[in-house]
Amino acid sequence: MIVTRPKAFEVILKELEDAKSVFLVGCGDCATVCQTGGEDQVKEMTEKLTAEGKTVTGNVIMETGCHELDLKKEFRAHKDELEKADAVMVMSCGAGTQSARSGTDKPVFPANDTMFLGNVMRVGQFEEKCRLCGECILDMTGAVCPVTRCHKGILNGPCGGTNEGKCEVDPDKDCAWTLIYQQLEKEGKLSKMKEYQPPKNWNPELKPGRIVLEREKGGE
Amino acid sequence: MSVETVWKELNIKHAHPSIEEVLASGKFLVSGEIGPPKGPDVEEVIEHIDLLKDKVHAMNITDNQSSVMRYPSLATALMILERGGEPNLQITCRDRNRMSLENELLFAYTRGVRSVLCLTGDSVPVGDHKDAKSVFDLESVQLLNMIRGMEEGMDLGGNEMNAPVKFFKGAIVTPEAHPIEPQLIKFEKKVEAGAQWIQTQAIYDMDNFAEFMKTARQYPVKLQAGLVLLTSAGMAKYMNANVPGVTVPQDLIDEMAASEKGKAIDTGIKIMARHIKRIREENLADGVHIMAIGKEGVVPRILEEAELDINAL
Repeated sequence: MIVTRPKAFEVILKELEDAKSVFLVGCGDCATVCQTGGEDQVKEMTEKLTAEGKTVTGNVIMETGCHELDLKKEFRAHKDELEKADAVMVMSCGAGTQSARSGTDKPVFPANDTMFLGNVMRVGQFEEKCRLCGECILDMTGAVCPVTRCHKGILNGPCGGTNEGKCEVDPDKDCAWTLIYQQLEKEGKLSKMKEYQPPKNWNPELKPGRIVLEREKGGE
Repeated sequence: MSVETVWKELNIKHAHPSIEEVLASGKFLVSGEIGPPKGPDVEEVIEHIDLLKDKVHAMNITDNQSSVMRYPSLATALMILERGGEPNLQITCRDRNRMSLENELLFAYTRGVRSVLCLTGDSVPVGDHKDAKSVFDLESVQLLNMIRGMEEGMDLGGNEMNAPVKFFKGAIVTPEAHPIEPQLIKFEKKVEAGAQWIQTQAIYDMDNFAEFMKTARQYPVKLQAGLVLLTSAGMAKYMNANVPGVTVPQDLIDEMAASEKGKAIDTGIKIMARHIKRIREENLADGVHIMAIGKEGVVPRILEEAELDINAL
């Protein structure tokens, strides 16, 4: 789940200062769960922009905002509404906003800030557990990620800031290394924690990432 | 060209034995600490260096301590050498990636720095540049291991350097962390990664420290007890509430609180002197690291009350 947070409405108005008319793009996937780009929020945004004197020419809620092929199809289906708009406002993540970028030549603006890849803990509560580092070491750490869940992302045990199992930068957050210790102890595998973790390769995939699956020969 | 020749060419002199030499001689290692200033006016630092240079074996120089941007630790280390003291360079992984750590160490080595204290570094948001990007490309264990590689003439990219470096490598441990077991695993990893001596985080509970040392003595490293000067009962309470891994016992807080008005620092000096004496008498550690945090002026008094004169050891 890509977790997003809505930008302040004043910021959105500033983004749209040169646009009298706007086409809105929502996302039926992550942004719907995050309540930043689902049907309700698109409707609400339409009302607020209208109240500010903008014309909302139409909207589309993408099934998945980051699927560029689908987006291009949807944009073709909403060609007239898009044509009438001075700008496109995307209520999705940064990936969704850039999908829209590839689907139109109109100015495209983000309605949200994109925060992290989050696990859904319960409705409206998200926690970051994977930082997409490209070189998974969860096998060594009792399936608790220190790269992500330790504030400093350190690999060889807790720092001195660990405090009764909590992190010094935020007492509401668990110290990842305490969790790792407790889990490995349960498994009888503390030897894994004692093993030296070498410096990480931060470039397992050159940024920006690009992966193309090889098609099977003779396949469709 | 050997590093000794480089030092000679650059007119770098060591007025004191290195930390390695002090410990090897079996002497009780006494170090102080210099906190670089916030800005380019180094007047006070120079005063502190001159005050401490012949009273302690070495001076730690903090590295953007508490993630507060300050005058550089290495520049201060060089100033200590220039004024006839012995620096112990603290180097953290918070603000530098591996390449930057390596060339900082090369710089330090050719300019006469002989010991480095390898730290991960505090978190960025606890400091005064809260929006800064944290680096933490490496952490303390990997930093120690990297230096060991450089001592074999290799950089961390696996490339041969034109000569090896040599440092006496230090690390820290937090004896009062809760839970302690994960800290002990890390302590062991630091030793395995090449740490040759250890300074502890501030300790106040001597019984607890004695207990910790039973474990620590099993490792082939010398260890200095870290002592932070208490300046008021309020400061002690603040540390208990806000500094993880530091616990000031209630009886010390009471002792501070019972000080005559304006004389709390005298009580703090008395407490630290008492702790130093006990550490020496009971051979609890191989030395002490005195952190006066801005009150460096009183360090000579602490040493006097503790009856600790490095020139008489």
